[in-house]
Amino acid sequence: MANMRLTRNEMPSQAPDVRNKNFLEVALGYTEQQAIDEAKRCLNCKNRPCVSGCPVNILIPDFIKEVAEGNFEKAYDIISLSSSLPAVCGRVCPQESQCEKYCVRGIKGEAVAIGRLERFVADYHNKNKNSKVNKPESNGHKVAIVGSGPSGLTCAGDLAKKGYEVTVFEALHLAGGVLVYGIPEFRLPKAIVQQEIDSLKALGVKVETNTVIGRTLSVDELFDDGFEAVFIGSGAGLPKFMGIKGENLKGVYSANEFLTRVNLMKAYKEDSTTPIMKAKKVAVVGGGNVAMDAARCALRLGAKEVYIVYRRSLEELPARKEEVEHAMEEGIIFKLLTNPTEIIADDNFSVKAIKCDEMELGEPDASGRRRPVKKEGEGITLEVDAVIMSIGTAPNPLIKSTTEGLDTTAWGGIITDENGKTTREAVYAGGDAVTGAATVILAMGAGKTAAKAIDEYIKNK
Amino acid sequence: MYRIFRKERLNPTVTLMEIEAERVAKKAEPGQFIILRVNEDGERIPLTVADFDREKGTVTIIFQVVGATTKLLDSKKEGEYIEDFVGPLGVPTRTDGLKKVAIIGGGVGSAIAYPIAKKLHSLGCEVHSVVGFRNKDLVILEDEFKNASDVLKLMTDDGSYGEKGLVTDALKALIESGEKYDEVIAIGPLVMMKFVCLLTKEYGIKTTVSMNPIMIDGTGMCGGCRLTVGGKTKFACVDGPDFDGHQVDFDEAIKRSSAYKEFERHAYEETCNLLNKKAD
Repeated sequence: MANMRLTRNEMPSQAPDVRNKNFLEVALGYTEQQAIDEAKRCLNCKNRPCVSGCPVNILIPDFIKEVAEGNFEKAYDIISLSSSLPAVCGRVCPQESQCEKYCVRGIKGEAVAIGRLERFVADYHNKNKNSKVNKPESNGHKVAIVGSGPSGLTCAGDLAKKGYEVTVFEALHLAGGVLVYGIPEFRLPKAIVQQEIDSLKALGVKVETNTVIGRTLSVDELFDDGFEAVFIGSGAGLPKFMGIKGENLKGVYSANEFLTRVNLMKAYKEDSTTPIMKAKKVAVVGGGNVAMDAARCALRLGAKEVYIVYRRSLEELPARKEEVEHAMEEGIIFKLLTNPTEIIADDNFSVKAIKCDEMELGEPDASGRRRPVKKEGEGITLEVDAVIMSIGTAPNPLIKSTTEGLDTTAWGGIITDENGKTTREAVYAGGDAVTGAATVILAMGAGKTAAKAIDEYIKNK
Repeated sequence: MYRIFRKERLNPTVTLMEIEAERVAKKAEPGQFIILRVNEDGERIPLTVADFDREKGTVTIIFQVVGATTKLLDSKKEGEYIEDFVGPLGVPTRTDGLKKVAIIGGGVGSAIAYPIAKKLHSLGCEVHSVVGFRNKDLVILEDEFKNASDVLKLMTDDGSYGEKGLVTDALKALIESGEKYDEVIAIGPLVMMKFVCLLTKEYGIKTTVSMNPIMIDGTGMCGGCRLTVGGKTKFACVDGPDFDGHQVDFDEAIKRSSAYKEFERHAYEETCNLLNKKAD
């Protein structure tokens, strides 16, 4: 008999005024009891709308049924059929706009907490795993993956499970891509990412760090080395700036630089050798998940006041609702309908303040959102000593400029068909390198689709 | 892990290391750089390639001990390993079509200027090298430059070796004496490059400089290395490190380079204490 409670089980979390001073994970995860209780809310309905809402089509009702019966390992096996990174997805997927959005229980009451259950199952497995992974027998075919972020790791995992000899090339000294340099520890502990990568290595996936494809090796050389197909999941790339006065002052960071210093280079640790500005007042420009991450990191590094400066209103904020709520609870100040026009310097060429126009919403623009227009008046000036620009990225030109026959769009994204196939034979691509900045799960979906296409391509060669 | 094949102290604060890194050696060209980490949890620092040996599979770096990381790197011995070594990064220095070039090197920047001189010389270009150091003890790569140059002017600030004066003095004298250069390539401290550019601008000689700003990933991801060139924001790691010197906003670059001075001085002292303790 299903549990017909209208509300879902709350996620146990660190209290806001405690967690805003540490880098430990905010959400603590369900207990076994909470998980079983929540799982029983699933009606196991015939239509399974949640499954089609998932970019990698996890068999959601099936794994939840196993959770309800306490068969957590079985639940894990079911998730694994579709996802290579369940502990990551359970944490960072925007479930509210995917699987949970379509949940029948959400029509009257709250949707089943699918993401929280996925996270529970993955954590349970990682904590209790003793089973040896069965490394699939090699089929003798080699595939190269460029980039070890979510799309690359997913593609690698799926191909390895089919017996391919997969090598992942990573430019940085550590594998994981945005999962390690971008998303902060308190949202996605790096030990979890490492476990997921170790699971892939156990399947036989090789990871070569310190290798920049387009510089250290070219795509052509990968083919020369015997790889039969290449998947490019090189990520988003060059941070954008607004082009306003003062953007090159000391104390102005791109979100990528700030987060890389904090996460990958461990500037958040007391004994870290990585320099970072311990600013007292910080303005983060932008309204996406990355902006929320940067703002919350700045707070945890000891800032007294942290502003999110965003030119539209709360309704248009592109960040996940949960992230915005977390940020607000922790004391981030939202300066909405506010658009920076200049960053002002002190005598030392460091940031002293940021000048902004006040905005109001006009007619809808091409994105369908109402266009912010400048309001009459003086505008406002926020006194800050650091500014973090989090307004998106432009594709990295390295691979495009060194790979013949690889076509890109006007803005530089790699062109692919719906299966991830590029304009160059045997080269596939997915993730932010194709779509521009998007989410972890969409990148994983693209990696998965490409893995299937690569498998078919090599089999039919 | 990357093995230190050879280590040589060039002067009291400048060290040469030949690092075994086969893939990097295979691809490296003059003007490109690498990023290294000495140990786990270490800082990522960019260093320009000073030489490479494709057959041996080694890349030479020459660095001055200026901060905690270079101090730590300097403490490594021949045969020991460093954690990470990635490259070659950046766009190689353009050398095609040049018939007569003046290469200007200042201090440890000479180490970066040298492979460019060497390549141009081997391509049959007439190379005039002007290298400057504070004093005789700090002179590096004199023989190497002699072999790669048609004319070599060695300058010291105090006149303890070569000619007394700045590199700009020697360059000006060469230009005034009627030498006509297709291009001047200047590599050294920001202030030196700024003044070389001011000088060559007067004479209308195209000038290329190599910028080495604060950097993290070296592949275009972080934007920390941005500069203003011709009024536009450029990333040294993917757009450079070479730029048209007459377009570079040096004053801004000089100010930006001091962003972590306090932090660096503190870290340097800590590292010195740590290394001294180890020696006890």
